[in-house]
Amino acid sequence: MAVRSSILGIDGPEPLALGLRDAQYIADESLATAAYLALALGKPLLLEGAPGVGKTEAAKAIASVLGRELVRLQCYEGIDAAAAMYEWNFPRQMLAIRQAGDEHINLYADDYLIARPILLALQAPRQRVLLIDEIDRADHEFEAFLLEFLSDFTVSIPERGTIRAGEPPVVILTSNRTRELHEALRRRCVYHWIDYPAPELEAEIVMMRASTVAQETARKVVAAVGGLRAEPLAKPPGVAETVEWAQAATLLNSQGAPWPRAFARAIGVALKDQDDLEFMAPRLDALLQEAVV
Amino acid sequence: MTGQPQTQPLPRALEPFLEFASALREAGIPAAPEQAQAFVTGVGLLGPRSIRDIRRAAHATFGPGPDRAEEFDAIFDAIFLGRSIAAPAMGEAEDMPEAFDAGDFDLMPEGPEEDPSGADATVAERLFARLLTPGDEDAALRSFARAAPAALPRRRSRRTAPGKGRQADPRRAFREMLRRDGEIMELPARHRRTRQRRILVLVDVSGSMKAGTEGALRLSHALMQAGERVEIFTLGTRLTRVTRALRHRNREQALTLASGLVADWDGGTRLGEALSVFLSVPRFASFARGALAIVVSDGLERGGPEALTSAMHKLDGLAWSVLWLSPLAADPAYRPETGAMRAILPMIDRLGDGSNPVSLAREILAFSKGARA
Repeated sequence: MAVRSSILGIDGPEPLALGLRDAQYIADESLATAAYLALALGKPLLLEGAPGVGKTEAAKAIASVLGRELVRLQCYEGIDAAAAMYEWNFPRQMLAIRQAGDEHINLYADDYLIARPILLALQAPRQRVLLIDEIDRADHEFEAFLLEFLSDFTVSIPERGTIRAGEPPVVILTSNRTRELHEALRRRCVYHWIDYPAPELEAEIVMMRASTVAQETARKVVAAVGGLRAEPLAKPPGVAETVEWAQAATLLNSQGAPWPRAFARAIGVALKDQDDLEFMAPRLDALLQEAVV
Repeated sequence: MTGQPQTQPLPRALEPFLEFASALREAGIPAAPEQAQAFVTGVGLLGPRSIRDIRRAAHATFGPGPDRAEEFDAIFDAIFLGRSIAAPAMGEAEDMPEAFDAGDFDLMPEGPEEDPSGADATVAERLFARLLTPGDEDAALRSFARAAPAALPRRRSRRTAPGKGRQADPRRAFREMLRRDGEIMELPARHRRTRQRRILVLVDVSGSMKAGTEGALRLSHALMQAGERVEIFTLGTRLTRVTRALRHRNREQALTLASGLVADWDGGTRLGEALSVFLSVPRFASFARGALAIVVSDGLERGGPEALTSAMHKLDGLAWSVLWLSPLAADPAYRPETGAMRAILPMIDRLGDGSNPVSLAREILAFSKGARA
C-alpha cells in the first residue's frame, strides 16, 4: 500500500474540507476524513447515500480541489468493457488495411485505440479523477469486471498487454444503494455513507448555492424539507431540491406572494411526483406553518 | 502530520485494532485483513488526535453502512472505550436481513417461540413466531423449481451475444477480414440477450391468512432457489425482508430463519400501509421496477381501501405485471366484493388461486407462460 500523507499539499481532513468549501461544497468532518483517507491510502472512495444528497457533487468538488479533470463513467445495466475501458476503432483499422497494401502496419497502435473513462484515468492519473457514477445500476458482471482495476489499477488489453498507472489514480464510486454491492468491491474501497445534511449545514449549503436567498428563508426551507423527508414519499426532496425551492420561493416572494404562500406555490420544485403532491396536499399547509414559525 | 505509528508500530499499541477487526468478524460484519491494515494506517495518518478520528477511520475503512452502523459503534465502544456490548444479539451476518418496520427499525426481532395460538395480536401487537412445519407438496415444489427457470418471464437485456440479429459486430468482422486479407464475405451480427425479470413476492402474514402463509413461504423458497433475482417480503402490520433468510438452500433452515425474522405473524392487516412503506423506501421500490410482482393475500383490509388503492396504483406503475393470488379465489364462486378488492382489481393483471403452494406454483407458471406467448 503506497501511503502518501500529503497529496498536493493536503495533509489532513481539515485542509481538504477547506478546499472543498472553496469549491462550493460543504463537507462534514466524516466525509472529509473518508475522502482524505482514500487519497492518502491510494484507494477508491465509495460514496453511498439516498438520491440527491450530493454524491456526484462531492466527486466534482474533490476533482476541483485537486485541480484535475473529472472523467465520468455513468453506469447502466449491461454496461461493458467497450463502454467503460477501451474499444478498437474498427472502421479505421479496416481502412488502414486497405490503404496499406503490401506495407506492414501496426493495427494496434494508439491511433486505433479509443480510450474510455477507465483507460483515460489510467493514462494520466495526475490530470484526471475518475467518477464511476451509480455503480448500483450496473449488473454483477460489471462489478466483478471492475475488481481488477480497483485493486491493482491495471487494465489488460490482449493485443497490447497490461497497462499500469504510474501512481494510483483517484477513483470515486457512487451508489444509490438500490442493491447491495458485492463485499469484494466494498472491501477495496474507503467507504462513506452520505446522509442528508444536518439542518444548519443544509441552510449553509442553500445560501452558498443560491446567493439571492436570505438566511431566514434558508432556515425555513430547510425545516420544511426536513418535514417532507419524514413523510413516506416516493421521491423525498434532495439537497438540490432544497436549493431550488428556496430560490423559487424567494423569486415568488419578490413578485409579491406573501411568505407561507410563496413556499406552497413553489412546491412543484421540491416534490416532483404527482402521487407525492397529492399525498402531501392536505397536510402541506400545516407542515409549512410549523416550519415557517 | 506526524505519521509515527504507521512505520514501526508497537505490537501492544496495535492490539486493540486487531482485536476490533476480529470482534467485527465475530459479529458477522465483514472485516478483511486489507481493511484492518487500511484502518491502522488510516489512524496513523489522522494523528490521531481524538477517539473521534479513530472512529471515523474505522467507519471509512470497514464501511459497515447505515444498516449496521449502530452495531458497529457498539463494538467500537466495547473495544476502544471499554464499554460493554449491550442489546444487539450477534448472529451470522448473511442470515440477518434487514427487517423494516413502519415506525422504527427493528433489526433483531425476538427468536422463535412455540406459541401457535393466535392470541390477540392486533391489539397488543405481540411478537410471536409460529413454528413452520414442512409440508408434503415436496414433489410439486420440486417440479415447480425444475420448470421455473425456463418458464419465468424474461426481458431483453442491454448485453449482446454473437448470433443472428440486427446489430453489426465490428470486432468479429475485423477478425474475419484479417483472416481473409481484408475481404469480407459475410457480415457477422449480434443479437440482444434476454434476461429473467426480477420477481418480487409480497406475502401477507396477517391473521386471516394464517392457513396459507406457511405454504406461501415454502413456495417463495422454491422460487428463490429457481429464479435469478427474487426478492421476498412479508406484509402484516409491518414489512419484513426475508430474502436473505430464504436464500439458504436448505428449506428447513431457511424457513426457520425467516419465521424468526417475521415479528407480526397472524397479526392484524394493514396491507395498504405496509405496501406504502415498501414503496417509500427507494431501495425496495426499485426491486419492483420492471418486475413480476406477486402478492399473496386475501385482500381483507382493515379500514378504508384508500391506502391500499394508492399503493397498488404505484406498484402497478412500477412493476411489469402484478399477479394477485388469494386463497379465497380457490372457490370458483368467489367474486371480489370487498371495497378494497374491487378498487384494486383494475390494477392487477391476474387474480388467481393462492390457497396452497401447489395452486400458487400452477398460477405463477401459467401466468408466465401466458405472458410470454
